[in-house]
Amino acid sequence: MDPMAAIKQTFFQECEEQLAELEAGLLAIQDGGYDGETVNAVFRAVHSIKGGAGAFSLDDLVHFAHVFETALDHVRSGRLAPSHEVLGTMLRAADALADLVRAARDDGSVDAGRCDALADALRALDPDAAQADEEADGDDGEIIDFQPVPLDQSIFDDDLATGSVPSQSLFLIRFKPKPVLYAKANEAAVLLRELAGLGEMTVACDSSALPLLSELDPEGGYLSWSIELKTEQDEAAVREIFEFVEWDCDLEIERQIGEAPGEPDVAALIEKMQAAVEAELSALGPTPIPVSEAEPAVIDFAKAREKKSLQSAGDQGAQRADPALAGAAAQTTIRVDLDRVDRLINLVGELVINQAMLAQRVQEAGLARASGVASGLDELEQLTREIQDSVMAIRAQPVKSVFQRMPRLVREVGAMTGKLVRLVTEGEKTEVDKTVIERLADPLTHMIRNAIDHGLETPEARLAAGKPEEGLVHLSAAHRSGRIVIEVSDDGAGINRARVKALAIGKGLIPADAALTDDEIDNLIFLPGFSTAQTISDISGRGVGMDVVRRSIQALGGRISITSRPGHGSTFTMSLPLTLAVLDGMVVTVAEQTLVVPLTAIVETLQPKVADVHGFGGGARVIAIREHFTPLIDVGRELAYRQGDADPLSCVALLVECEGGFRSALLVDAILGQRQVVIKSLEANYRHVQGIAAATILGDGRVALILDVDAVVASSRADASFEQLLATAG
Amino acid sequence: MTEITRTDLTSARELIAFRIGAQEFCVDIMSVREIRGWTPATALPQSPGFVRGVVNLRGAVLPIVDLAARLGFAPAEPTARHVIIVAQIETRVVGLLVDAVSDILTVTDDLIQAAPDVASDMVKTFVRGVLAIDRRMISLIALDHLLPAVEREAA
Repeated sequence: MDPMAAIKQTFFQECEEQLAELEAGLLAIQDGGYDGETVNAVFRAVHSIKGGAGAFSLDDLVHFAHVFETALDHVRSGRLAPSHEVLGTMLRAADALADLVRAARDDGSVDAGRCDALADALRALDPDAAQADEEADGDDGEIIDFQPVPLDQSIFDDDLATGSVPSQSLFLIRFKPKPVLYAKANEAAVLLRELAGLGEMTVACDSSALPLLSELDPEGGYLSWSIELKTEQDEAAVREIFEFVEWDCDLEIERQIGEAPGEPDVAALIEKMQAAVEAELSALGPTPIPVSEAEPAVIDFAKAREKKSLQSAGDQGAQRADPALAGAAAQTTIRVDLDRVDRLINLVGELVINQAMLAQRVQEAGLARASGVASGLDELEQLTREIQDSVMAIRAQPVKSVFQRMPRLVREVGAMTGKLVRLVTEGEKTEVDKTVIERLADPLTHMIRNAIDHGLETPEARLAAGKPEEGLVHLSAAHRSGRIVIEVSDDGAGINRARVKALAIGKGLIPADAALTDDEIDNLIFLPGFSTAQTISDISGRGVGMDVVRRSIQALGGRISITSRPGHGSTFTMSLPLTLAVLDGMVVTVAEQTLVVPLTAIVETLQPKVADVHGFGGGARVIAIREHFTPLIDVGRELAYRQGDADPLSCVALLVECEGGFRSALLVDAILGQRQVVIKSLEANYRHVQGIAAATILGDGRVALILDVDAVVASSRADASFEQLLATAG
Repeated sequence: MTEITRTDLTSARELIAFRIGAQEFCVDIMSVREIRGWTPATALPQSPGFVRGVVNLRGAVLPIVDLAARLGFAPAEPTARHVIIVAQIETRVVGLLVDAVSDILTVTDDLIQAAPDVASDMVKTFVRGVLAIDRRMISLIALDHLLPAVEREAA
């Protein structure tokens, strides 16, 4: 990758962080729990995106960010109250900004009309309508809010009333970098050189603050500069040069409009002024603000008309950019390539296996438990476990990264369905493995869409039912017994059981006379081919139903269930493993091979009795489990480990539930035990094997295969009745 | 594989020679990662007969190809004296089950003769050339098509 692309990638990564901060900040403001720092953080987020985008010439992004920033600045300065409407516009603007960032990243396109409309809406927020109009028409000068700050030099005020309309102006700039400016790899000389490019410039350096060499901090900032710049450019252009260092320096820019252009003695006056400044400097010794001492020259030359100071804006930023704070923040996190973490995890996995092997060997050697070797080994085991936990923790991330995408979804789906929705999230800091997080977004998106589209009623219906107009969607995450449990609940109408049952019967998913409990009816919605929406809506009816959600959750080794109370809403509960690197499995033997069956698939285990097993058609067998006939699948035959049928009486049956909620019984020879295994890929060096999900390494160092329960069950169902069922369901 | 038939006296290369039954074969030493003794493999369901299964190679899952079966001989009946040559084929690491490793040869490309034209699929698919050394005939094997998945991808 070329260096520019790498920098750009970093920029987009940072953009994502800034966008997250932006949205979080706006939501905090909306909830009322905010202070000035929140507003500043929001402003800074947009500002940083704009700054970075400028560096990469992403003009659309810069333009939009700029308008957004302007509107935010009104809030920051207190001129615009953050009302509900204002925040609504800003949240939508944040969404649009996110779209623009992603479009820039992926070379995609955005809905330009929507962005323009939002930009107009943002401009309309400007409390000063006239200014807003002017900006909208004139475009794209830097739009900056200056807070007039009275200066103590009365001389300028005297001349305020006079003044022609000049086109050349003189700027008096005081620029005092703080150490942090240099720490961020900015360079005063470069800024000064850029300033010189705007016009004629005189610079005086104030080195008065320089300490003795012995006391000098090599990373300190001691120099300041006084600059007189004569330019045809406006103040915005001058300010732009300092844009990226604005918060890292003390900066004052005074604008003094000169006489008509071409005034013959302007240059001479500048020289005179410079001379005066220098004279003052040498006469008075070092002074921190030499420009103000150059009083007489200034009077001669300038008719001050405008004075502006950036000091107030600079202060807030400067506090924020305190070097100590910045240093502390830099130390708390580091960016690490994911490959390195994965490698570490692999190594630790090997360490765990090796330690288990060693323990087994020691036991085989017949060493006493009290021997030094054995106790040393116990300590090693302890340490290995701790290392494994710590390494897993590196990959763990708070679910916040997924949760924070949901408010936008809720806004959009709410707007599309015309429902008023409030999203409440809880437990955002709950940590789970990164791979789980990545694969959580899709099912969660679908469930939230579903909750709003199907769960919540329209505002009118809610009012009629005596509920608040605004529907509530609650999203929470928590750790529970070594798993993460995520709940999506709504306070809508709940599941219409009569309709669900009628639909399931109508589609042939259940027999017409099936006696089902409420719970069983609720769970019918997970069946493939089930969709209660009578018209396929734009939001949830994307040709996928809850069965897809269930399948993706199961693919993660998780389970999903629903509870519903008519009139009070529904709750979807997902339980997921904390990591995909290890798995809880039941170790079984089949035809002298050792296999691991994922524990999440197993409902119960049982010993088949001769009366329970029945032949069923050509070669197929079923087993009666509490009066239910369940297909009996001989794993050994399915995987071609053996030719003939195993004798069910000498075997163990595992009752498993797989996608679509179908239950089957898997026949295995014996159960060896239950343990956590480290998942190893078969595809890395070989290829996918039908019926096998992955491999693992057991304590004796041998490879054991992890059974893909869904695939085994599906392949055993090649009979006509199943295909017929599939055709009906699909 | 033009470089094999091209005469280049300066390029010496090293080959690992091994035995399968009465015949000798060799592979480029650069593709060999290590050589280890036979350990029982875990059988893989629904795999071609020449795939013996998988073993644990320091935490990685290593598929074992019975080279005898792959080259069209009778499948090996591995004992503790059999050897697994761990070889890198593109991005995959594969174990090759052979009877024994016999030699390390340093040869120049001009010693490698084109494979004699016999009507054998095995020769056409895997043998890239033959060497005559001490009156022995050693066939140079190309590893690219040993694994079934690789074969399928190439097709």
